[in-house]
Amino acid sequence: MKAARPPRWYADPARLGLAALAVSAAAFFLLPLYVMAITSLKPMEEIRLGHLFSWPTQLTLDAWHAAWISACTGVACDGVRGGFWNSVSIVLPSTLIAITLGALNGYALAYWRARGAALLFGLLMIGAFIPVQVLMFPLVRMLGPLHLVGSLAGIVLVHVIFSMPIMTLIFRNHFAALPRELFLAARLDGAGFLRIFVLLMLPLSVPMLVVAAIMQATGVWNDYILGLVFAGREHLPMTVQLNNLVNTTTGTKLYNVDMAATLLTSLVPLAIYVISGRWFVRGIAAGAVRG
Amino acid sequence: MNKPAASPAAARRAPNPAHLALLPMALTALVVYLGSMLWSLRISMSSSRSLPMQDFVGLAQYQRLFANERWLHSLHNLALYTPLFIAASLVVGFLLAVLVDRQARAGGLLRAVFLYPYALSFIATGLIWQWLLNPELGIQQAVHGWGFAGFRFDWLVDQDRVIYTLVIATVWQGAGLVMAILLAGLRAIDADILRAARLDGVPAWRIHVSIVIPMLGFSFATAALLLLTAAVKLYDAVIAMTQGGPGTASEVPAKFIMDHLFGRANIALASAGATIMVLTAVALLAPLLYARRRALRASR
Amino acid sequence: MAAVSVRNLRVALGGQPVIEALDLEVADGEFLVLLGPSGCGKSTLLNAMAGLLEVSGGSIEIDGVDQTWASPRDRNIGMVFQSYALYPNMSVANNLSFGLRARGMPRAQVEERVQRAAALLQLEPLLARKPAQLSGGQRQRVAIGRALVRDARVFLLDEPLSNLDANLRASLRRELKLLHQRLGATMIYVTHDQVEALTLASRIAVLHKGRIQQLGTPAEVYARPANRFVAGFMGSPPMNFLEGTLTMNGGVPHFTAPGCEFELRDCDFGAAAPMAGEAVVLGVRPEQLRIAAPAAWSGVVTLVEPMGNHQVVWLECGGASWSVLAGSDARHQRGERLPLALATGSICLFRADDGTLRGVTA
Repeated sequence: MKAARPPRWYADPARLGLAALAVSAAAFFLLPLYVMAITSLKPMEEIRLGHLFSWPTQLTLDAWHAAWISACTGVACDGVRGGFWNSVSIVLPSTLIAITLGALNGYALAYWRARGAALLFGLLMIGAFIPVQVLMFPLVRMLGPLHLVGSLAGIVLVHVIFSMPIMTLIFRNHFAALPRELFLAARLDGAGFLRIFVLLMLPLSVPMLVVAAIMQATGVWNDYILGLVFAGREHLPMTVQLNNLVNTTTGTKLYNVDMAATLLTSLVPLAIYVISGRWFVRGIAAGAVRG
Repeated sequence: MNKPAASPAAARRAPNPAHLALLPMALTALVVYLGSMLWSLRISMSSSRSLPMQDFVGLAQYQRLFANERWLHSLHNLALYTPLFIAASLVVGFLLAVLVDRQARAGGLLRAVFLYPYALSFIATGLIWQWLLNPELGIQQAVHGWGFAGFRFDWLVDQDRVIYTLVIATVWQGAGLVMAILLAGLRAIDADILRAARLDGVPAWRIHVSIVIPMLGFSFATAALLLLTAAVKLYDAVIAMTQGGPGTASEVPAKFIMDHLFGRANIALASAGATIMVLTAVALLAPLLYARRRALRASR
Repeated sequence: MAAVSVRNLRVALGGQPVIEALDLEVADGEFLVLLGPSGCGKSTLLNAMAGLLEVSGGSIEIDGVDQTWASPRDRNIGMVFQSYALYPNMSVANNLSFGLRARGMPRAQVEERVQRAAALLQLEPLLARKPAQLSGGQRQRVAIGRALVRDARVFLLDEPLSNLDANLRASLRRELKLLHQRLGATMIYVTHDQVEALTLASRIAVLHKGRIQQLGTPAEVYARPANRFVAGFMGSPPMNFLEGTLTMNGGVPHFTAPGCEFELRDCDFGAAAPMAGEAVVLGVRPEQLRIAAPAAWSGVVTLVEPMGNHQVVWLECGGASWSVLAGSDARHQRGERLPLALATGSICLFRADDGTLRGVTA
């Protein structure tokens, strides 16, 4: 009649099964990263043997060197390093401007009643669901005469435009969740629009600003299509160069160089992800409340 | 107007600072989103080739569009890809969320492992899987090397199966996102409800099916919304992984539009495609948004 | 036979011991209240009985069967949670029947049990509703109904009234007591509210820091608190305390403190005879005092709280803050010095060092 004490987890088939499932799922998710890493460290002769998963017999960083310095990305053959710095110079201003505007929009929408603001916000939210390809051509035609297509300012502007819905939304929700009495107290103290924003709201929003910066920086770094159309040859981001390197090389395919370049391009978002950890997840949660 | 005016006259003269601050948003919403859409619509009713024309040809471009083999193939592919991608992402994401939730010790680590692909670009994702699925040197060859000479996994170059490789790659990339959203929903469930169910003698699987999943309705709808938006936009991963090939076997509408805008200089046809894309997106998103709102109300 | 007996129970949460070496026997049909401040381990004890927590030692017997390691479903207990924990996606009827259906009970029998519970709790008109469409009191009744349909002999209730407003709480408290009388089942009820404990319990177990401080009927716990913690926790306003020493005056024990000396008439000191110079703490309940001469003590009014049918007068009394109940028509001013006389009932004496009960006057 008496029930036995439950076994330890390593002797419990149900929990053991669950643990085994977790380990195999983790293996499936890690495998591509592993294959990419070892491929980038193998010389081509070893890759041609077709042992995709085996550890390199001969570790070499040549492919990484080539990917960074000398691989051909279209016409030029000086690796993806140019793209790296292009991406950095696109990401920094895009992130800064986008979160500033997003915070300002969110603050104005949450606390200040401006005529038609709700309608505009609704329009912006619908815009968030429209594929960029749909807006591409009119945007090119609009920015062309302003000499903004193919310039750094142009690609930054386009990033700011396309991130505005989500940035505005997360800051509006953030400010709406703060106690309104704070704002009212500041109004009674005689503070105006900008003073309340800079001295009260921004300091209260540091965590949200960090989350937004992480989201925006990752998103802009990973963008391909906007960079392809709007950045111009001088400012091609790393993702575009990477795709050119892998998919348009003439002659022999250098898979190790391809994988090294892919890893190099992914290092920045992966570093953001690893370092920011929970903040990255918070960004997903903030972005997921849309609608 | 929220401004407690010191003197009514002064209040009337000073511009509302909120109006000023919202100017960039107004321009973006009206000019970029609304303006571009209307412009796109207008162009789709002209005979424009590489430059916009002012003539009006009615729905002729739409007729041409739906007579275009490549467009129809793109639509077919998207119709195949979207439900598969969403269903697989939701199922895998849910299983991952449950796995993470039930592993008290390794939960944090597992979550990090399942989510990292989401930090990667679609380009990187496409290139990684292009390499893994490479029939000569990828998984197929590796398995041959282990002595299973009959093993076939050459979907990447198989006209009928290439679309599934896109599903695999993008599910690998996006399942972590679903997991993160569902995990947040799981953690928000009152633990006493699960305790009550255990006391009721309900087996673990049934607790998940009958209680947890229905209570996660809002989270599922949110995840589905994000996945659907991503599916309609599917472009980068195709470019990186298959360039639409082999042949036109993995063409998608977004790519059709881009090719006709910039490669084939047929902006009217591209704009007609763009309009169809918006209509499709709206038709699919509207019921989902409605269901999501209902789920939110039910959970309160 | 005891309905529930807990022996030498130990529970640790996250490596921290929460309950250590706890023994408790609950008789069949008893209404036992586990009372204590938050964090005292009362909910932990309840969850351990339910099998929702793994214990680290000891045993739990329910209805004469050792259930220490049995799964929650096999313990034949019903439980009502503080948050009610109703399944939000199911109707009231399905909330009641879900557990029975999950166990594979025949449909007709499920139906019959649900109808019986619904009739008992007046839930019939609500059976088709979802939990979100119910009021707090209705949700509470559904939660009880879900425990009821199980036909359990033992019910565990975890602060079931604490989410309700004061009026509803009082009326549901009475309903609960009537339900207990009608069912005759064993109920173990966790609360931090001493009024609930006093009104509902056949016995109260006062918990503090994972130990049972006292186990007894409401009258015992109130009149003869085992220690200063129990004395201070029971009663509102709480018992008044005054530190002093025992003196012997003509062979009769007296309590002496600066500015006051008081004869301890017919005091039961237990086995140990009183000795002059013993350091003790005097405990008097507010309702045992009267503002009248001849004065045994006196104090200066610091605050008057009108409570409707009576007033609580707070006084500064030999360095301690005391409270006295006064009639609603009494008029007292802040700063006024009032004489205090002993009205009725027993006075408690506690040991100054460990706070345990030293003696009680008759």
